[in-house]
Amino acid sequence: MKRIYAREQYCINCRLCECFCKTAHSVSKDIIKAHKTEKPEPVSRLFVEGDNMLSFAVNCRHCDKPACVEACITGAMVKDPETGIVINNSERCVGCLSCVLACPYGAVKAGNIAYKCDLCRGEEMPACVKNCPNRALIYIEGGSER
Amino acid sequence: MKYVIIGNGAAGISAAGAIRKHDKKGSITVISDEPYAAYGRPLISYFIKGTVTQDKMPYKSPSFYEDYRIKTVFGQSAEKIESGSVVLNSGQRVEFDKLLIATGSLPFIPPISGLSGNPNVFTFLKLDDAIALKKAVKRDSRVVIVGGGLIGLKAAEGLHAICDNITVVELADRVLAAVIDKQGGDIVSDHLEKNGIKCITGNSVEAFNNNEAILKNGEAVGCDILVVAVGVRPNVRLAESAGISINKGIVTNENMQTSNPDIYAAGDCVESFDITDGSKRILALWPNAVRQGIIAGSHMAGGAEPAEKGTMPLNSVGFFSLNVMTCGITDPRDNSYETIIKTEGQKYKKFVIKDDVLRGFVLVDSPHRAGLYTALVRDKKPLSSLSGDITEEMGLINFSKDEIKKKIGGGEIQ
Ligand SMILES: Cc1cc2nc3c(=O)[nH]c(=O)nc-3n(C[C@H](O)[C@H](O)[C@H](O)COP(=O)(O)OP(=O)(O)OC[C@H]3O[C@@H](n4cnc5c(N)ncnc54)[C@H](O)[C@@H]3O)c2cc1C
Repeated sequence: MKRIYAREQYCINCRLCECFCKTAHSVSKDIIKAHKTEKPEPVSRLFVEGDNMLSFAVNCRHCDKPACVEACITGAMVKDPETGIVINNSERCVGCLSCVLACPYGAVKAGNIAYKCDLCRGEEMPACVKNCPNRALIYIEGGSER
Repeated sequence: MKYVIIGNGAAGISAAGAIRKHDKKGSITVISDEPYAAYGRPLISYFIKGTVTQDKMPYKSPSFYEDYRIKTVFGQSAEKIESGSVVLNSGQRVEFDKLLIATGSLPFIPPISGLSGNPNVFTFLKLDDAIALKKAVKRDSRVVIVGGGLIGLKAAEGLHAICDNITVVELADRVLAAVIDKQGGDIVSDHLEKNGIKCITGNSVEAFNNNEAILKNGEAVGCDILVVAVGVRPNVRLAESAGISINKGIVTNENMQTSNPDIYAAGDCVESFDITDGSKRILALWPNAVRQGIIAGSHMAGGAEPAEKGTMPLNSVGFFSLNVMTCGITDPRDNSYETIIKTEGQKYKKFVIKDDVLRGFVLVDSPHRAGLYTALVRDKKPLSSLSGDITEEMGLINFSKDEIKKKIGGGEIQ
């Protein structure tokens, strides 16, 4: 499956990926509203780590054997057998955060429920990748491609 | 090939999926004495609260059994295992080539006088328990919950939504004693008290007379309904009938095979290996049941799911919006462990370290990126190989540059 990979050598810690992720996961899909007025506040699904010396974005790996799915007590967290995308079904999540505790990448976000990358639900290009000015995020088959 | 699974819980259903993945043709039969499609057992407290309705409880999609061509025998119990078949309470026999025992837990019932046959006494393990309890409890009922472990406290939280008088009585000096230290447990009970649940620790219920629960110290607590939640024990009755070896739970090898090569076991009924303290014990936890079910199912069908290398206690649970996470050793018995504690208001973080390895932790109201700590415990990662102070905050940034590249660049996908 296609996954998002980060290339830290090109990341300048601008955090545009977070802004566009938050917007893509808002109701309004409007970058101003998503950041200033929308309630409940939309949640960015990735984490940018680091400082101006070394930084990179951490996205869900959509693991082959996702620990978050095995940890989920409700059945909300599922890996789609066709697309491989790991999605948390927000209507079924009760916010126990077992998935947050299980994810070895720390890639599930803790809120009143769990939030995670859904690869923009099968969009051709996820919002974070599309809007990264430096191609520090790439969306490709395989991985390890630098 | 005829596969039979006894128990339609986390382990049973995960095994059924894994079997079908490896064997498209064989017949799979799941037997359960509960008359329901597999559901999220931990959701029964949310059902009482009313935040999860019964139709939202199934763990799999409605078409799961059909899609995976799984025959279901629900509402019937397996009574015996003998020479290649399971005998049901109806007398019917179900033949198997490979059998999985995934019978879960039974509630432990302590010797409290006035329990037996009393309609005002409940346990809290099954959806039917929750349905009955929800019917019996009125807004002004006085409910006493015996046991302040995970199940008792979740019962208390759920019942609080429909009842004003709830008391938890716990024998240990703190709630959640099996998984958390005193300081962490006290934060949880303070939070419960603030939300209207009375917590009595260091005491137990000795008798119940339908009007009062009499405590060990002689005190009487007004009580119309008693919920017994002092813990669970592995349900090994059937395994015993099959002559399989049993220690603390059913004994298996790392492929979840029992002493009878045609019979596998997984989940709460199995004795697990705890990698954090090296002990063999019961780890009655959902993720453990799922993993063991997948391993068992795969090996029953000739697959090669990597063996069970051991597991560890891992809990994440919320009480009135306060998240509590625990992993591994949280309350070390001797001073060969170093502990680091960070607190701020209700936030409480405790890290337990030995020989340069994180052995366990407690995170109260501090869930941010907790899985990174879990991975350190599981992988026995030398802490000296990490940069920065991970007890303040943890990120992939604390790993070496090569490791970071691997993790974010796709060199390593779990
Ligand atoms: C209120 C509550 C909250 C919980 N919260 C958490 C949590 O937050 N996190 C966590 O990790 N774990 C939690 N747990 C524990 C978790 O639910 C269990 O570890 C998990 O369900 C174990 O799965 P299992 O498949 O081994 O057994 P079970 O889910 O118990 O399934 C076993 C099934 O087998 C059936 N059965 C038994 N004997 C027979 C027989 N002879 N014939 C036919 N059928 C039989 C039983 O009726 C049952 O349906 C909680 C449990 C409870 C009760």
